[in-house]
Amino acid sequence: MSLVRTLETLDRRWIFLIVGLLVLIPLIWPLPLPLTVSRRVQGFHDAIESLPDGSTVLMSCDWDPSGKPEMQPMTRTALRHLFSKNCKVVVTVLWNGGPGIVDEQLRFVADEMGKKYGEDYVNLGYKAGNEAVMVLMGQSIASTFPRDIRGGVTADYPIMKKVRNYSSFPLLVSISSGYPGTKEYVQQVQGRFHIRMIAGVTAVSAPEYYPYLQSGQLLGLLGGMAGAAEYEKARGESGGATRGMVPQSFAHLFVAFCILAGNGVQWLKRREAHA
Amino acid sequence: MSFHPSSDVGVWVAALLTLCIFSFLYKDNPFYKFAEHLFVGVSAGYYIILNFWTVVVPNLWEPLVKSFSAPGGPTAVELGDYRIWLALPGVLGVLLFTRLFGRIGWLSRWSLAVIIGVYAGLKTTGFAQSDLVSQVQASLVPIFTGSFWPSFNAVLFSIGLICSLLFFFFSREHKGALGGASKVGILFLMVSFGAGYGYTVMSRISLLIGRLQFLVEDWLGLR
Repeated sequence: MSLVRTLETLDRRWIFLIVGLLVLIPLIWPLPLPLTVSRRVQGFHDAIESLPDGSTVLMSCDWDPSGKPEMQPMTRTALRHLFSKNCKVVVTVLWNGGPGIVDEQLRFVADEMGKKYGEDYVNLGYKAGNEAVMVLMGQSIASTFPRDIRGGVTADYPIMKKVRNYSSFPLLVSISSGYPGTKEYVQQVQGRFHIRMIAGVTAVSAPEYYPYLQSGQLLGLLGGMAGAAEYEKARGESGGATRGMVPQSFAHLFVAFCILAGNGVQWLKRREAHA
Repeated sequence: MSFHPSSDVGVWVAALLTLCIFSFLYKDNPFYKFAEHLFVGVSAGYYIILNFWTVVVPNLWEPLVKSFSAPGGPTAVELGDYRIWLALPGVLGVLLFTRLFGRIGWLSRWSLAVIIGVYAGLKTTGFAQSDLVSQVQASLVPIFTGSFWPSFNAVLFSIGLICSLLFFFFSREHKGALGGASKVGILFLMVSFGAGYGYTVMSRISLLIGRLQFLVEDWLGLR
């Protein structure tokens, strides 16, 4: 029973240390682990792949630095995918902590792929108002976002010449960390304006989007870092999400062990109490 | 393996603040408190400036100023210029600040009433369309599709849906057939909670991975 007592009174900082090491060590010495592309991720990939070359796509990046590890890889891969098809990308942000970090991703991928601001992509920046902004964009994107993140007049950019409202886009890509984000876009935009939609979301919120996937309201879904890693695989890339999968797997195994050990200790304690 | 520490001051500041926050895992300490207070202060200032320059100026101030210099002046609605109406939400926005002044604080309720009314309307219609009608439509699936696995999936889905709904039927005591069905419903609900918990763990571990990736790759440059 001494092991049970030890586990019962174990200082939780030991658990923190073990999880930290299980994540850190595979990051320094990576191991190859197999990765398969699920149907929902393939759906996300195929929705972009099926776009005619040169289409103009709306991409709403509703996340901030707190979601960076999950959102950054999927944002970058989706941008690379769209740019590789010569799509023009109109980016909006509904999270006040997001404009800077989203602009960083845009600049990074655009520089990498030689895309020009205002012609191939534009970042309209942040706008307060959540669902109200989404509905307003259904009337006019340029009047909802009169100026872009760089202070330029939105309507003056060449990319915006053919953009009026949601009807100008064959696809809406929502990369979101929570509220406002994918759920609100499905409720306010997809249902109302009947626009094709795909989403990349944090793992913690992914289960609530499965009904939308099953009903066809979402054509594809990336759930957290694992979804981003699968998307990278589907694209033949190896980015931050793929590198994070080994530490993720080790940490998950340890959490599963902790759950089993915790239940085992409780069961032994109960048996001891009845004896 | 070799070290290539970053020469970017910003990366060093971010790395040291990350370590300050991580130090809380050991116990509460002044380094953690410093990073926490710095974060709160910087965030508050950032959000105020961001909202002023990206919302108040381009969406309210500039259109109002332009409406005054437009032909016919600010009241030329017959020319199709309705920008002067933006003064109304502007006033409602200012009224929100009356909460800071006790005696006239009640004026902020008008603004809140508009906000609540608009959002209640938007949420209700959006929810009804996308979460009610579309989901009910998607739930009415053919059970026998001709091939085994899709049919099995449809049957399982239908049992799960009906039993989970019956679990939330509280007008009768959960005994007999209703009790059995609600127990099956509990099983389906437990599976969904388990999946939710698993995804939550995945999300939290991802955040740790992201921070450690930053420390190992961007800060220390371990290769």
